Amino acid sequence: MDYFLFSVAAIIAVVSAVLVIVQRNPMHSALYLIITLLCIAVLYLQLSAQFVAAVQVIVYAGAIMVLFLFVLMLLDQENPIDTPSTLRYQNPVAAVMGLLLLVELLFLSARAQPPAVLTSGAPGSSPGFPGSVESVAESMFTRYLFPFELTSVLLLIGMVGVIVLAKRKL
Amino acid sequence: MIDYLFLTILLPLVGVLVNGFFGARLPKKLVAVIGCGTVGAAFLIGVSALIALARLPVAERSVELSLFEWMAAGDLRVHAALLFDPLSAVMLVVVSGIGLLIHVYSIGYMWKDSGFARYFTYLNLFIVSMLILILGNNFVVFYVGWELVGLCSYLLIGFWFHKPSAADAAKKAFIVNRVGDLGFALGIFAIFAVFGTVQFSEVFHAIREPVNGFVDGQNLLVLGAIAVLLFIGAMGKSAQIPLYVWLPDAMEGPTPVSALIHAATMVTAGVYMVARCHVLYELVPGVLAFVGVIGAVTAVLAASIALVQHDIKRVLAYSTISQLGYMFLGCGVGAYAAAIFHLMTHAFFKALLFLGSGSVIHSMEHAIRHAHGDADPQDMRNMGGLGRHMRITALTFVVGSAALAGVPFLSGFYSKEEILTSAWEGNRLLWGLGVAGAVMTAFYMTRQVLKTFFGKFRLGDDIEAGLHESAAVMTVPLLLLAVGAVGAGWIAKPLHVFLSPVFNSQEVIHGGVEAAAHGGGHGSLMVIAICAAFAGIAVGVALYAKASDRPTRLAAALEPVHRLLYNKYYVDEIYDRLMISQGHALSRFLANVFDAHFIDGVVNGVAKVVGGVGEVLKKCQTGYVRNYALTMAAGVVAILLYFLMR
Amino acid sequence: MPLFHYYLLLSGALFTIGVVGVLTRRNALVVLMSIELMLNAVNLLFVTFSKYLGIVDGQVIVFFVMVVAAAEVAVGLGIVVSRFRLTGTVDADKASLMKW
Repeated sequence: MDYFLFSVAAIIAVVSAVLVIVQRNPMHSALYLIITLLCIAVLYLQLSAQFVAAVQVIVYAGAIMVLFLFVLMLLDQENPIDTPSTLRYQNPVAAVMGLLLLVELLFLSARAQPPAVLTSGAPGSSPGFPGSVESVAESMFTRYLFPFELTSVLLLIGMVGVIVLAKRKL
Repeated sequence: MIDYLFLTILLPLVGVLVNGFFGARLPKKLVAVIGCGTVGAAFLIGVSALIALARLPVAERSVELSLFEWMAAGDLRVHAALLFDPLSAVMLVVVSGIGLLIHVYSIGYMWKDSGFARYFTYLNLFIVSMLILILGNNFVVFYVGWELVGLCSYLLIGFWFHKPSAADAAKKAFIVNRVGDLGFALGIFAIFAVFGTVQFSEVFHAIREPVNGFVDGQNLLVLGAIAVLLFIGAMGKSAQIPLYVWLPDAMEGPTPVSALIHAATMVTAGVYMVARCHVLYELVPGVLAFVGVIGAVTAVLAASIALVQHDIKRVLAYSTISQLGYMFLGCGVGAYAAAIFHLMTHAFFKALLFLGSGSVIHSMEHAIRHAHGDADPQDMRNMGGLGRHMRITALTFVVGSAALAGVPFLSGFYSKEEILTSAWEGNRLLWGLGVAGAVMTAFYMTRQVLKTFFGKFRLGDDIEAGLHESAAVMTVPLLLLAVGAVGAGWIAKPLHVFLSPVFNSQEVIHGGVEAAAHGGGHGSLMVIAICAAFAGIAVGVALYAKASDRPTRLAAALEPVHRLLYNKYYVDEIYDRLMISQGHALSRFLANVFDAHFIDGVVNGVAKVVGGVGEVLKKCQTGYVRNYALTMAAGVVAILLYFLMR
Repeated sequence: MPLFHYYLLLSGALFTIGVVGVLTRRNALVVLMSIELMLNAVNLLFVTFSKYLGIVDGQVIVFFVMVVAAAEVAVGLGIVVSRFRLTGTVDADKASLMKW
């Protein structure tokens, strides 16, 4: 069952990810990206990370992608980018690099030793796994309280930056 | 009180910092109070420390105070430490005391100068440097003071740096001193190489009580080399042949500075060093004899130059060189206490003479400027009859001159007599030179006094009307110094008793003191000395008492000699021919050929190579973000490859 | 092969796709999406290890990554929009003035 669920989600995720980068229309790219993100959310659930899965759906697939779509619609994309590229060797070299990277990561993944805890069983089977909202929250508000507070500052800076960038006149 | 000795250095240093950083913004009165007050405090501490030292038992009169460890490198351990024994105590009191009087005098002399605060900063720094030199308990601290004194002399001689002659004189003093300092530094290196320590007491202990037969022939050679190297340093600082040329030019600085350099600080450093290292010099009699010969020859040659100079300060400058020669003569015949004694009395009367001449110049300058004249205010040919207008200055100047000339019962008589007596016992030839120098000394001082203060004023009535006595702030130091110039000789006996533990030998307290203090022993020698003094004075009076053409006739009769003396034996010209012009040629070669072609070629070549490489490599900067990202990706691939291969 | 390795492999594949997207696409918006893909690949890796190591810290870090991603997207899109206003294009290759 685990393998089946994983296979389905993984295949959909990879296929739609490929579609994200090959679509000519960026609108379609965005929609395929949402599918990928949702599939990853499913995988998070399988890894018994409920909180992260929920945030993935709400923040990523929801808020961030809506932002993308909003900008896509805001900008006039009538004339797609079809002028010939000035970088002749860019795409072939990029393809070779991607291939090399994939092969290397394949080897590295296959060689990786699973951590010791893994021996207790397949994902999701260990009882009382600390992936619940409760355990994440406890960690976030104790050990990681200071970084957590810092993120608010980061978001504030991001907000101010966007306003400065996007406003024609302050 | 001895524990607080470091304050004598620290307080003037505080003065340096305050006046140096804030002096320009402080009122002049406060600057003067800070400058004089800190030195005065140092003087008081020095006196009370001297008293405290005198109260100690004789055997314990050598106190070492370690302030902190200054540097440690390998075997070299240098502490910033002070040594307080009778020798440094006497020096401390003399330097700070005379320095204080010169400080006070300077208030009046420099009041109208725009660099008032800067002047007092340098002056305080001078005192600080000299006290470091005197109180250091090892050669390295001593050397710090030694170099700082050289620096201060540079700053003060070149105080009016906008005058090219002053700037040149400052450079000359600094460079000539460097020659000596090089020898001194080499001497210190050699001491460390031989003894493994630079502390006075340890070095002298090793010399005095050699372990396993240290003093054999070869080691004596090494010791001799060290002694000569150190003495080369003393030649530079104390203006002995052949490195004396800077001192006459040093009068380009303000006159109180000349007094400070000539009397209390700087030039006495060399004498102090030889006295401090007497243990070393006594082991190598050849070097000691060399010191004595240099001293005697310097005494005579400098005195002979002083005979014919017209500049009031130049006469005094050559007189200083001559008197320093006497001190080295004393050292050379083993009479260290006598040398220090002469150093002390000389400090009094030479400071007095310089400050007196400063008072004269001050007045002359004022009068000439007032009458819109352009005469040289330092030329004695322009003076005459000043005694009527400046009674205190004239009186004190006469007293100082008499002391320097060796008139009986004044300080200079006792100390010079003592050195000459010791010289008689050491070497008759040196004694002869010394007596000849004494005659000349008496003559040129008589000449100076008569030409300056007596007779008729030579520049006319309108300038004469502007002459006036200096302010009390200048005359009071003169009076105090005059008291010292008269009375300093009377403490000969206690001074020698006080100093005897340092020089650790009986022969110091020999006939000289007895003769000076009781008139016994070498009575005939004393008579000769008195005769020498009066002979010089008599000749001077005969030539200059009344305005006559006798001096010019005499000069014409001895034309070649006069010209030789007047041009100072052409030493400056010889040095110029031999060294300075060669140095200029080398500098020109380096500037026009070496720098222009070789150095510039290297520099431009490097720039061209960098530019060329940049021209090629700049093509990498395409400006396309994804192009850069591709490079990054290649890097990631390479790093992962490394992890895979590992 | 245990499922663990497949997670790693999936993560690697998604990351590679993101890299290729960044390298080949000229539309700045798609480039940003590709970056999101790469970030998600890394997130997946974090959660996987969190699960298999039995500690929750990985998930907290995922949360932080998401915050950074949100800020990055906001600023990145802001730049794209203002650049579009200036030049009328979202072509990343047109922004190549910073060169020799």
